[in-house]
Amino acid sequence: MALLTKDEAQALLKKVLSYSKADECEVNLTGTNTGNIRYARNSVSTSGGISTYTLVVQSAYGKKLGTATINEFDDASLEKVVRRSEELAQLAPENPEYVSVLGPQKYAEPITYVPATAAITPKMRADAVAQSLQVAKETKTVAAGFMEDTTTVNVMMNSKGLFAYNTSTGVNFSITMRTEDGKGSGYATRGYNDITKLDAKKASQIAADKGVKSATARAIEPGKYTVILEPAAAAVLMENIFFGLDARQADEGRSFLSTTGGKTRLGEKLVDERVNIYSDPLNPDLPTSTWAADGRPQEKVSWIEKGVVKNLTFSRYWAEKKGVKAVPPPAGVIMEGGTKSVEELIKGTKKGILVTRLWYIRPVDPQTLLLTGLTRDGTFYIENGEIKYPIKNFRFNESPVIMLNNLEELGKVERTVSVESNTNYLLPPMKIRDFTFSSLSDAV
Amino acid sequence: MKRREFVQLAGLGIGGMLVSVPMMGNPIPVEALLDSPLDALQKRQLADVALTTAKSMSASYADIRIGRYLNQFISTRENKVQNIANTESFGAGIRVIVNGTWGFASTNTVTTEGIRKATQQAVAIAKANSKFQKEPVKLAPVKGYGEVTWKTPIEKNAFEVPVSEKTDLLLKANAAALQNGANFVSSNLFQVNEQKYFASTEGSYIDQDIHRIWPTFSITAIDKATNTFKTRQALSAPMGMGYEYMIPKAFDKLHGPADVMLYKNSYDMVEDATLAAQQAKAMLTAKSVEPGKYSVVLEPNHLGLTIHESVGHPLELDRVLGYEANYAGTSFATLDKWKTGKFNYGSKLVNIFADKTQPGSLGAVGYDDEGVQCKRWDLIKDGVLVNYQAIRDQVHILGQNESHGCCYAQSWSDVQFQRMANISLAPGKDPYSINDMIKDVEKGIYIAGRGSYSIDQQRYNFQFGGTVFYEIKNGAIGSMLNDVAYQSNTQEFWNSCTKICDEKDYRLFGSFFDGKGQPSQVSAVSHGSSTTRFDGINVINTGRTL
Repeated sequence: MALLTKDEAQALLKKVLSYSKADECEVNLTGTNTGNIRYARNSVSTSGGISTYTLVVQSAYGKKLGTATINEFDDASLEKVVRRSEELAQLAPENPEYVSVLGPQKYAEPITYVPATAAITPKMRADAVAQSLQVAKETKTVAAGFMEDTTTVNVMMNSKGLFAYNTSTGVNFSITMRTEDGKGSGYATRGYNDITKLDAKKASQIAADKGVKSATARAIEPGKYTVILEPAAAAVLMENIFFGLDARQADEGRSFLSTTGGKTRLGEKLVDERVNIYSDPLNPDLPTSTWAADGRPQEKVSWIEKGVVKNLTFSRYWAEKKGVKAVPPPAGVIMEGGTKSVEELIKGTKKGILVTRLWYIRPVDPQTLLLTGLTRDGTFYIENGEIKYPIKNFRFNESPVIMLNNLEELGKVERTVSVESNTNYLLPPMKIRDFTFSSLSDAV
Repeated sequence: MKRREFVQLAGLGIGGMLVSVPMMGNPIPVEALLDSPLDALQKRQLADVALTTAKSMSASYADIRIGRYLNQFISTRENKVQNIANTESFGAGIRVIVNGTWGFASTNTVTTEGIRKATQQAVAIAKANSKFQKEPVKLAPVKGYGEVTWKTPIEKNAFEVPVSEKTDLLLKANAAALQNGANFVSSNLFQVNEQKYFASTEGSYIDQDIHRIWPTFSITAIDKATNTFKTRQALSAPMGMGYEYMIPKAFDKLHGPADVMLYKNSYDMVEDATLAAQQAKAMLTAKSVEPGKYSVVLEPNHLGLTIHESVGHPLELDRVLGYEANYAGTSFATLDKWKTGKFNYGSKLVNIFADKTQPGSLGAVGYDDEGVQCKRWDLIKDGVLVNYQAIRDQVHILGQNESHGCCYAQSWSDVQFQRMANISLAPGKDPYSINDMIKDVEKGIYIAGRGSYSIDQQRYNFQFGGTVFYEIKNGAIGSMLNDVAYQSNTQEFWNSCTKICDEKDYRLFGSFFDGKGQPSQVSAVSHGSSTTRFDGINVINTGRTL
C-alpha cells in the first residue's frame, strides 16, 4: 500500500475539516504497513502482514469532546465521521481538563523514513530467517526468532491551522539460540530505522555463541555483585525512569520523583554525576518524529544532566495550571556513555557478572522504583578481566535509581530494543557495583 | 497481563488510546452496541464462500471466523469522568491447510468478494510457507456440530445499561474513597462482547455471544510530610458475566480476616472502595515485614495469579515444545517428566484442572476458536502431572486423539493458537474455613489481592507481592504489614501446600490481558481456588530508601 504524500494528506484532511461545525476540530490520520515472520524449532511458524489507514476525528463544543474513527475515505464517509464525532461531543460530560487545540507550530524536518525499509519484501524477511537457520545448522543450535518491520505515515490537522506530517520506518529483530540439549541459551536483539543496517546473520552468530558458551552453568550464591549490563539488559531497567518522568504524578506526591513536603526532585541530584540522559528527534542513530501525538514540537531536551533532574514531562493541562512550558514525553531516549566496548569493560573487571538480558521486569515498589526480574540467555562470571564460566540465572530486586548511584563505568553507546516495551533506545553498557541478586533460578 | 499496555490504556486520552490499542476497535455510538449487522443465514452464506473457495484451491481443511468485537471502556478520576469509549471491530479471518501447512489471512471487507480474496491470500501464504515446513500439520478429529449456538448465561447485558448509571456508580465509589481518607482514586469499567461466528470444512456452523466485565480501581493515600504513598487496588475479579456482577448481593460476600471483605459472583464496588481507602491510609504507618520463612495463607484473588504463572503457563504444550522460546520462554514441565506418569508437581492435596465451561469464568465458551466443544480435564491429580493444554494440531504429540478445546484468537484479524484455559485449584475435601487456615499457624502472613508478579522463562523461580498483608501470630490475625513479597520455586511451592479451604470459599480470580505470541495477542482467563496455606515460604522485605 503506497502511503499518502504530504500534499495528498493535506488535501484530504482539509476536506475533512471543511465538514466540521464544532467549536474545534482536530483530525489525525495514521497509515501503517507492517510485515512479520516468526520462527521456532528451526522452522518458520507464522508470517503475515497488514496494511491499515485510520482517520480519527475529535470535535469539541466548549469542554465537551467526541471522537470517531473511520477507515473509509469517500466523501460521504468523511462527512459521516465528522458528524458522528460532533454527536458524541454533544452527549459527552464536560471534561474540565480539556485544553483548546494548538495553533500552527514549527517543526524540524524529520529523518525517520528510510526508503529501503519501506521497500522490504516477504522474500527479504525469509532470507533473513534463512541466514539465521544456517547459523543454527552450523552451530548445532535451535533457533527461535521474530522479525517485524513497519512503515508509517502520521498526519495531523486542526481547525486552528496546525498541520503536521511524518513518515517513518522501523525494523525489530530478535533471536534466541538454544543448544540441542536445552542446557544453553543465547539471545540478541536489534532495532533500526534502516533495514540495510540489520545483519541477521551476525546477530544470530552472537546469540548462538552465547547459547553454546552458556551451557553447563554453575550455581553461585545470590548476593550483591558488580555487574556489566549489556545495553539490552540496561534498557528494561532504565525505561522505568523514562516512563516515570511525569510532573503531575511527582507534584501529587506519588512518584519516585516526589519528595517531602509536596516538592519534587526537579533540579536535584538524583544519580551519579556521570549520568546524562536526553532526547533528540534528529539524532541520526535514533531519529524520532519531530512532533508529539498532540501536535507539540519535539525538541532536544535534557532529562538528567550530570546526575541532576533537569526536566519533567507535562500534559498541556498540568503545564497551564503550573505556568510552565509543556514539555511532551520523549519518543526516543539517549544516554551518554564512554568509549569502551563490553569486552574492554570485562577486561577492567576483577570480579563480576556479565548480563546479556533481563526478563519479566515488574515494579515492586513505585515509591523507590524497585523492580524485580531475572537474568536470561547468557549470564557469565568474570574474574581478573576474563569470562571464567557460565553461571545459573538469578532473580534480582533492584531500583534503577539506586543502580545509577552505584555506577562504576559506562561503555560505548549502542542502539538497543527493550524486550518489555519494544521501544528503541541509545544506551551504553553499564558497569554497576552492588547489584542485588536475591535468589537462583534453574531456568535456561 | 500485559501491564504496560493497561497502564498506557488507563493513562491516555481517547485519540491516543485508539491508536495504541488496535484491538479495541473503532469508536461507535453507544446505541450501535446493540445492533446486529448480519443474521445467522448471511453469516453462513459468507462462511460457505470461504470454505468452497479454499476447497476448490486444494485446501485439505479451512475455517472462517466472522467476528464482531464490542468494547465499552469507562474511566474516571476523583469526581470526573475522563473517558467513555465505545468501540467495534468487525471482520473475518480465514485459515486453511494446503500442502500440510497453515495459511491465514483476514479482511474487514465482509462481502462475498472480500472473503473470496482473503481465502485466496490464505492459500497463497500456506503454499509459500510450505517450503519451510518440516512436518505436515496433523489435526485431531473433531465432530461437525452442524448449526449450533452458545451464549454466556448473563442476567443483564451490560451494554443495555445506561452509561449514566455506570458512571454514577464509579463516581459514587470514588466519593466513598475520598471520604475515607484517599488522596487520589481512579476507577474503570471494562465491558466486552465477542460475537463470533465459526464455520469449518468439518461441518460446523457455530454462533456464539460472549460477555465479560471488569470493574476496578486504584486508590492512593499520601503522607506528604514523610513523602510516603501507598496504593490499594480493587479486590474485584474480571468475570465472564453481565452487569449482574455490579449489583451486590449479601450471599456473595465473605468476611475475611481483619477488615477484609471478599466477593464471589457479585461485587460491592462502593464498599470495597471505602475499605480500600481506609486500608491504604493504614498502610502508611503499617510495620515493615521481617524477612524469613513464613506460612502464607493465600486468598483466591491472590492465589489465582500464582496458579496462572506457575501452573497455567508451564503446561501450555506450545511452550513445552519450544514455539515460544524467543519470547515467553519454554517450560520446566518437559514431556519426559510427564511421560514417567509420576512427576511430582505438588503435595497430595494439589488437584489442578483446566475447564473451559466453568460458569462465570472469563474463558467459558461453548466451542473454542477452531470449533471444538469445550470441556474440563485434569492437569495435576493428587500432586502428579497428568496432562497439558493442547489444541487440534498438537494433541497427537501427547498420543491423544481429542483436542482440549483451548484455541483462541484475540480478534478476527489475528490467527488463532493455543491459549491458556481457565486453570483452577480444586477446593479441599475437608470442611475447612479461612479461620481453619490461620488457627494453627505460629508465624505467618495472610495475603489478599494481586500485586507485583514475575517468573522465569521456564517457570521455576517466582516472586509475588499482593494487595494487602496481615501478620498471623500464634493462630490469630495481627496487624497490617508492608513491603512483603514471597519467592519460591514452582515445585517446592506446590509441595509446601498443607491445607485448602472447602468449596464454600471457592471463587474466581481473573486476568483480562494475558499476553502471548509474536506479534503479541491478549486473552482473558480465570483461575478458581479456595483460600490455601503454604508452609515454610521465603518472604523478603522490599522496602528501600532513595
